Amino acid sequence: MNWNLFVTELVAGVSHGSVYALIALGYSMVYGILKLLNFAHGDIYMVGSFIGFGIITVFGGPTNLHVNVWLMLFLMFFCAMLGGGLLGVMIERFAYRRLRNAPRIAPLITALGVSFFLENAAQLVLGAQYQSYNAFSWTNSAIALEHFGLPAHAVISYAQVIVIVGAVVLMIFLTLFVQRTQLGKAMRATSFDREAAAMMGIDVDRVIVATFFIGSALAGAAGVFNGIAYQQVWPYMGFQAGLYAFIAAVVGGIGNLPGAVLGGLVIGLAQAFSIGYLSSTFSDAIVFAILIAVMIARPSGLLGRAAVQKV
Amino acid sequence: MTEPTDPNTPRVGVDEWVASHEQRRSRRAGIFGVVQRQFERVPSPAFYLGFGIVAALVPVLTSNGYNIRVGFDTLLYMLLALGLNITVGYAGLLDLGYVAFYGFGAYGYAMLASPQFGIHWDTLAVIPLVVVATALLGLLVALPSRRLLGDYLAIVTLFFGQLFVTVYQNGEAMSVLGFTRKYNVTNGPNGIPNIDNFHAFGFHIGSLQAYYYVALVAFLAVLTAVYLVDRSRTGRAWKSLREDPLAAELMGIPVNRLKLIAFACGAGIAGLAGTMFAALNTAVFSADFDVPTLIIVYAMLILGGAGSIGGVIIGAVVVNVSLEVLRTPGHATWVFYVLIVATLVARMRPWRWLAAIVAGTAAFGFAVHAIVSAAWPRGVHGQPAVGGVLGSGLRHWVVLPANPLTIGNVAFVLLVLAVLGVTLLHGWVQKVALIPTLYLAAFVWENRLVVEPSITRLILVGVILIVLMNARPQGLLGTSRVEIV
Repeated sequence: MNWNLFVTELVAGVSHGSVYALIALGYSMVYGILKLLNFAHGDIYMVGSFIGFGIITVFGGPTNLHVNVWLMLFLMFFCAMLGGGLLGVMIERFAYRRLRNAPRIAPLITALGVSFFLENAAQLVLGAQYQSYNAFSWTNSAIALEHFGLPAHAVISYAQVIVIVGAVVLMIFLTLFVQRTQLGKAMRATSFDREAAAMMGIDVDRVIVATFFIGSALAGAAGVFNGIAYQQVWPYMGFQAGLYAFIAAVVGGIGNLPGAVLGGLVIGLAQAFSIGYLSSTFSDAIVFAILIAVMIARPSGLLGRAAVQKV
Repeated sequence: MTEPTDPNTPRVGVDEWVASHEQRRSRRAGIFGVVQRQFERVPSPAFYLGFGIVAALVPVLTSNGYNIRVGFDTLLYMLLALGLNITVGYAGLLDLGYVAFYGFGAYGYAMLASPQFGIHWDTLAVIPLVVVATALLGLLVALPSRRLLGDYLAIVTLFFGQLFVTVYQNGEAMSVLGFTRKYNVTNGPNGIPNIDNFHAFGFHIGSLQAYYYVALVAFLAVLTAVYLVDRSRTGRAWKSLREDPLAAELMGIPVNRLKLIAFACGAGIAGLAGTMFAALNTAVFSADFDVPTLIIVYAMLILGGAGSIGGVIIGAVVVNVSLEVLRTPGHATWVFYVLIVATLVARMRPWRWLAAIVAGTAAFGFAVHAIVSAAWPRGVHGQPAVGGVLGSGLRHWVVLPANPLTIGNVAFVLLVLAVLGVTLLHGWVQKVALIPTLYLAAFVWENRLVVEPSITRLILVGVILIVLMNARPQGLLGTSRVEIV
């Protein structure tokens, strides 16, 4: 067996999967509370990626950066998360809030419209071509894995390490937030039963806004991670990534946060291994097959609990 | 803030209000009410017949090939929207892979009637085969998600649509798993060229007019079938399914079977539209069956009102014709300003406010133009896209920088924020804020949107979906939903 290929694909899968997992977390949080498929979520990820790109460009471009690299990274993440979060809150306020009690199909179609609008507005303002991120040349240099007892030519780049470590840190913060803080508790309560939570004195509007902000901020961060690791941004990148992330959320069990992470990893690994061992054309088909298989065998996802419909 | 309501009036959505719904409709006074009531008395088949006659006269009235081509495309879109209306409008299933069925139909016809495999079957054999195959494919896609919530169906179908595009784009070297022999199935990104025209019993259909009539006949046939199904037991069952699946199931309606039937019917109609698309264009490319087409068909359905056949016709005509008009900057500019004034006339009461806003916007524009031309002469060097009276008026009113790219982009983002902000304001503040917003809209339109028609049309389609769903979810023709609490 070719261990080099295996390790390379494993690392690629985990780093891709972490990006999917970050997007899937936002999807899952919003779905858990509003039962809404926010198709625009993938485009928030795209906007976050472009904000990071804009910050690099403002500070002299990737090649002759005239600030400290760590300050740069911090600024990129801070602005992308803030911008993504604000965009998410705006979308909630102007597009979804009035439809909260409408028939289920209305917010879905609105979400489709928001997504389409964001993609094409980005294309109008930013141009349709790929922009090369190429953040810092050192991020692409490989770390030799020989010292860790791994095969000699297996490659992991600094960028992939940043993505994986960064995603794990964000997930830990999110878990602490949801489990330990009062707002997190309110979010869990609202997602469990919105009406009952409102009757217990929880300000549901505030919880929903907070959910959109946090979920969208995670998507913005995912956009920067993607830019650092894969060096390309373009206006239509959000659709595909959002779709994969949503499938990750469904596979893991929608509304379930550990499930979203697990689903992201499953989808990332499946994609990487099918690209490595079969062909890139097949990766979509394999992800689709996983989705169908999970939906037939465990309709509530790998970690989800079966929903009991009350009347 | 909203005005406090009189506690004695019936509140929207509550039983009393629901009970008096019909009376309130018939109480509408004035000439408009009389006309509306007379209009409602005409049975809807008469309208469809009228539409058919008008549509049949189009090639007689105009011999311009472009106009007939637009008419043909509109008919295809109507057919597509009619099929989607069954799945989304009647059965309430969100099918986001719908254009994949359209593409499957087009590719199906292309493979059975082109040099790709050397097969040139008779059209009368190919079309039923393709339609049935597409319907079966629809059944297959709906099968795994039939037990699940509507949202899961949306995601499965959306992904199926993506998969379709990927497979057809990379289908020039397909191999059965484990075998090394490659087959060229879809000719990849080059598409399948040289597709046969429709031919049966030795007749060949070659001219655009003939295709137009074929599409019209097909559309009217499908329309009749849908109209009959709509009023049948199946149609009523679909609607009950849409309103409340659980209640429908308890009433003994076979929910799963009806969902699958709705899905298959929609897919079959899309397949039929696909065959005509392939035959007229004589080439198919997978890019034609991607998300933009899907969103455009949805916009047509939503604009006219999901669940109404007349709405589908009007939605398709309005959306497709306005998207075509956008291609010519001169016409598009006229439409833009007429539309803005029409919206103001329709929404702005009382009249003195309307007059004040129009006059204020005009004055504001001339003032800004005067200031800019004095301070920064290069800021007014551009040319408006439209000539004639409107063009010469615009030249003195709207600021047209010589190089509008960057400033136009900034203004576009500002415009989006300004429009959102205006919706938050109330009373006279909102009306005053409307004046600079309208001017900003004109600025963005002249400098950015009219220059990039292909993106502008897609942006507008997205806006249509968002605004309609928020402001008038029932569309232009649908009656507003009466909610019983």
